[in-house]
Amino acid sequence: MQKPIIELKKITKRYDDGFTALENINMTIEPGKFYSLLGPSGSGKTTILRIIAGFTDATEGDVVFEGNKINALPANQRKVNTVFQNYALFPHMDVFENVAFGLTLKKMPKQEIRKRVLNALKVVQLPDYANREISELSGGQQQRVAIARAIVNEPKVLLLDEPLSALDMKLRKDMQYELRELQQRLKITFIFVTHDQEEALAMSDEIFVMNDGQVLQSGTPVDIYDEPINHFVANFIGESNILPGKMLKDFEVQFVGKSFECADAGMRPNEKVEVVLRPEDLDITTPEQGKLVVKVDTQLFRGDHFEIVGYDEDGNEWLIHSTNPVKDGKQIGLTFEPEDIHVMRFGEKEADFDARLEQYEED
Amino acid sequence: MKKTRSFFMVPYLAWIILFVIAPLILILYQSLTNNQGQWTLQNFQTYATSWTYLKMTLNSFWYALLITAVTLLISYPTAYILSKMKRQQLWLLLIILPTWINLLLKTYAFIGLLSRTGTVNQFLAFIGIGPRQLLFSDFSFLLVASYIEIPFMILPIYNAIVQLDPALVNASRDLGATNFQTFTKVVFPLTISGVKAGIQAVFIPSLSLFMITRLIGGNRVITLGTAIEEHFLTTMNWGMGSTIGVVLIVMMFIMMMLTNDRKKKRQEVLPNEEKTN
Repeated sequence: MQKPIIELKKITKRYDDGFTALENINMTIEPGKFYSLLGPSGSGKTTILRIIAGFTDATEGDVVFEGNKINALPANQRKVNTVFQNYALFPHMDVFENVAFGLTLKKMPKQEIRKRVLNALKVVQLPDYANREISELSGGQQQRVAIARAIVNEPKVLLLDEPLSALDMKLRKDMQYELRELQQRLKITFIFVTHDQEEALAMSDEIFVMNDGQVLQSGTPVDIYDEPINHFVANFIGESNILPGKMLKDFEVQFVGKSFECADAGMRPNEKVEVVLRPEDLDITTPEQGKLVVKVDTQLFRGDHFEIVGYDEDGNEWLIHSTNPVKDGKQIGLTFEPEDIHVMRFGEKEADFDARLEQYEED
Repeated sequence: MKKTRSFFMVPYLAWIILFVIAPLILILYQSLTNNQGQWTLQNFQTYATSWTYLKMTLNSFWYALLITAVTLLISYPTAYILSKMKRQQLWLLLIILPTWINLLLKTYAFIGLLSRTGTVNQFLAFIGIGPRQLLFSDFSFLLVASYIEIPFMILPIYNAIVQLDPALVNASRDLGATNFQTFTKVVFPLTISGVKAGIQAVFIPSLSLFMITRLIGGNRVITLGTAIEEHFLTTMNWGMGSTIGVVLIVMMFIMMMLTNDRKKKRQEVLPNEEKTN
């Protein structure tokens, strides 16, 4: 493991009116990686960014940058730069002046500033826009200028506060590629705040899933998608079928009144749990061969797959993704592999969850 | 549709014609004719060649400048602090409140405060440095004029500051600017429109103050406003009074042109305002 560039230690943020925005946040950020803070609005992800940038103070806890505590360091002396949600470009300056702002403050020679600004504009693919006014730019172009203005200062960490949320779908997808590519080329640490789970899954090396001022789970996109820690994460990241169940013993779980072989262990016998089955892991077969039988209710064509909603005989709703269409009202069988079943305990903390996974995955 | 709209324009047009355009034409006519109603440039010639009028003009300009400078120095920090406070509406109301009171009343109140037997002198006597002659001095004139004009300076500046997107201040800090640099490079340039509006609202009326010059300044401060009043009410030289009026109007227009925002700048600020709303 590399030496961390930023550590948040037991950060708590409470406002004067008693509202707790963040509760005991611990984070370790390693250099050169792409991190996402993912959560619904009000989950505290932007507050974390503001604390790292120095726009607001934590009520408790420490912010550590390259081994030094920087709680009291003002924002203008921190080696991080921010790309703001609405870009916050200076309307009284043109593109060049905006990008040059940080360098001008450093009293850098004019030639050098010019060189670096033009280079930064080249990096964000706006080489001929130096003399444009901000008001003449489209949203996507303003976005790029905001990124250029931040990276021209060669920050060690770039903070991005929902930078793509104001762009239309197509542009957003393009910018996802560009940001990821930019991050890998510049090797700067990115901390990216978003409420869009697709965006986070597509771009990140590591994701912190947040809700109500707490980090619920952190890990690689694949880990979080495959092994969500609880109901909230399973629901928030991707689509899922979540059912109440009972852990009969290790590697055997009971739900919808039947018992199934599964890949999870380390729980008490007969412990009440929740079971997650991703819609794309369910395969359609004949009712005779199916582990479960559901009756098709509705079916939507999504372009690359069909989204099927069915109900089993107990009235549980099942969401299925299939490449082939089925007939409405028909009984179909569903099969899945033991490892497609993911079992979640109630109220399990991330540390315990990781320890349990490690314990039985080693055997 | 078009007809109804032009119908609604009638009261406004009537008002403008009766109370703005007609008086302007009359003043211009008066200034360009003599007692016999003949066209002449005599009045302007008198104005331009008389040392007294020139001095009055410079005086007016100088005092208006002083009043504007004093109010600006007080108003900008006030508006800035105001924009950061809780209960802004209450504080704003307290600043606006004095403007609802009749100008003459406020002026008389100051006479009471500043006179030889007034509250201020009683206090000065109490601490052993009075009584002094406060009324009828340049200082008291500046004080009262500034007091009366301050709300008109604070309000436009305050409006400009609250419209400033706080993210811009954060962005400036983020890029390495100190608080002072953020102020000079971001906050002030982006609120300059409010300052200009405030200067217009204070400087132009200050050019033609005449009641305060008489009641508080004791006619020691003679401005163009005083001169106009004298010519119309005392010496009955309407032609000369009108000429000075024309000169004042021209000065006002010059001031307006100097402080007007260029169109381009306005457009630049607009998209940002939309975002913050």
